[in-house]
Amino acid sequence: MSHRELDDMLGRGWRKPPLIRHKTLRWGLIAGFALYLVAAVSSIPVDWGRVYEGLDRGWQFVLAFTHPDFLTRWSDIWDGLAESIIMTVAASVVGIAISIPIGLGAARNIAPLPVYVICRAIIAISRALQEIIVAILLVAIFGFGPLAGFLTLSFATIGFLSKLLAEDIEAMDRVQAEAIRASGARWLQWINYGVQPQVMPRLVGLSMYRIDINFRESAILGLVGAGGIGATLNTAFDRYEYDTAAAILILIIGIVMGLEYLSGVIRARVQ
Amino acid sequence: MPVLSENGQQVWHRRTTKQSLVHWIGWLIGLAVFVFCWQRISEATTWFFVWDAPRIAGDIWDRATPPRWEYIAQLGRPIWDTLNIATLGTLIALVLAIPVAFLAARNTTPSRLAARPLALLVIVSTRSINSLIWALLLIAIIGPGVFAGVVAIAIRSVGFCAKLIYEAIEEIDHSQVEAITATGASRWQVMVYGIVPQILPALAGVAVFRWDINIRESTVLGLVGAGGIGLQLQSSLNVLAWPQVSLILLVILAAVVISEWVSAKVRGAII
Repeated sequence: MSHRELDDMLGRGWRKPPLIRHKTLRWGLIAGFALYLVAAVSSIPVDWGRVYEGLDRGWQFVLAFTHPDFLTRWSDIWDGLAESIIMTVAASVVGIAISIPIGLGAARNIAPLPVYVICRAIIAISRALQEIIVAILLVAIFGFGPLAGFLTLSFATIGFLSKLLAEDIEAMDRVQAEAIRASGARWLQWINYGVQPQVMPRLVGLSMYRIDINFRESAILGLVGAGGIGATLNTAFDRYEYDTAAAILILIIGIVMGLEYLSGVIRARVQ
Repeated sequence: MPVLSENGQQVWHRRTTKQSLVHWIGWLIGLAVFVFCWQRISEATTWFFVWDAPRIAGDIWDRATPPRWEYIAQLGRPIWDTLNIATLGTLIALVLAIPVAFLAARNTTPSRLAARPLALLVIVSTRSINSLIWALLLIAIIGPGVFAGVVAIAIRSVGFCAKLIYEAIEEIDHSQVEAITATGASRWQVMVYGIVPQILPALAGVAVFRWDINIRESTVLGLVGAGGIGLQLQSSLNVLAWPQVSLILLVILAAVVISEWVSAKVRGAII
């Protein structure tokens, strides 16, 4: 007996059910997406000759990772890197310090409505504007240098940290906070003993994560003149000094990996 | 919880004397580091410009308002390019991220000693370098334009998507995989019928989430020459055409808000 006959005897073979049940909707979505893809791909001008020429340079860059040049421009790399780290540390401290009161204000279960609305508005503005655009504006206002980068990162930290902190406070256990209040605690004591211990592990974890992000962002702020390693990296690319650029990228990746490892250790200790 | 006696009375404290001493020394070191960082930033800042900042900010505001609304006619093509950079970049990233994720997940990797560390290295190195830096590099290799932007976004997103997908793969229900294996399915069939259906919702969620982030990032890629609306932003900034700058910023803000809304809607529909 062949397979064909077996199938006929058993009725129709099993088929995987589709992701979207509705037939017209499914084919409509697929057709629409295919149409968009064709339109999008055809509207991108690609100079394949240029790409082909570039492959050689790309390969040289990959090779540069096998012999990164830390030494020739070491003083420039060190200055940029130190500035990036300094901006990261200062901006993280200030950003976290400001985002704690704003996070408290943006939690509906402990803040009155007017405070809640104001704090949520600050968070929304900070989240909608991305770092590099804020940096451009701040460089125009405050001039070149790490101050603009520091302010940019602090501002970005506020939106990120306050939002997640507020969400954590809103999800906290009311019973514990109530117990502290019932013992006759003042507002500050209530926050300190009723709310803070509940959100502390998450706050520490998020702060570590944000320090990590701040460092990564500080690496590009130099492109618009806001200080940090970005300017050095940009110059290295512009001068086709791939071995120096590779060295900088290796340093950035190494520091990010180190920070991730550190944050893992600290989070494991706190929780 | 220590109870110390003060003037014959028993008083509860949160920490023992030694603990609070360590605590305070920790804070002191933190403060010293912050003050040092702040001094370094302060040294690199021209304070004259900073005191002048409110006047400059007011001046820029005066120049930037009202936005030059008729300029929007020239922004159609850049917006289309920005959308394409984000969408095509996300698609390419997903295609690359899925195999990397399968190699990186503990329960699907073919070898823990060779393939997994390699996949993790790909994830870490693509994730820790910002898309603007990838764009800089790709422009040096394949020339400026939208194509460089697409590739930059794609590379940057691989690590992010692969990390979230491999975490989803590690969390799958093993009994379903076992059931498929028990029917005599091959390795690939197990993957398609046992693992993929379980991670599909996570995959779709990751795709939309990353697309939303990519819209944000692709709006600024033009600053380094990688196409999209950032290119217009850069040229307007160069000629100090502030009314155009303010219009572009409004358009970017609208794009970010719309993409976040779309992504929230789609994720709500999937999960």
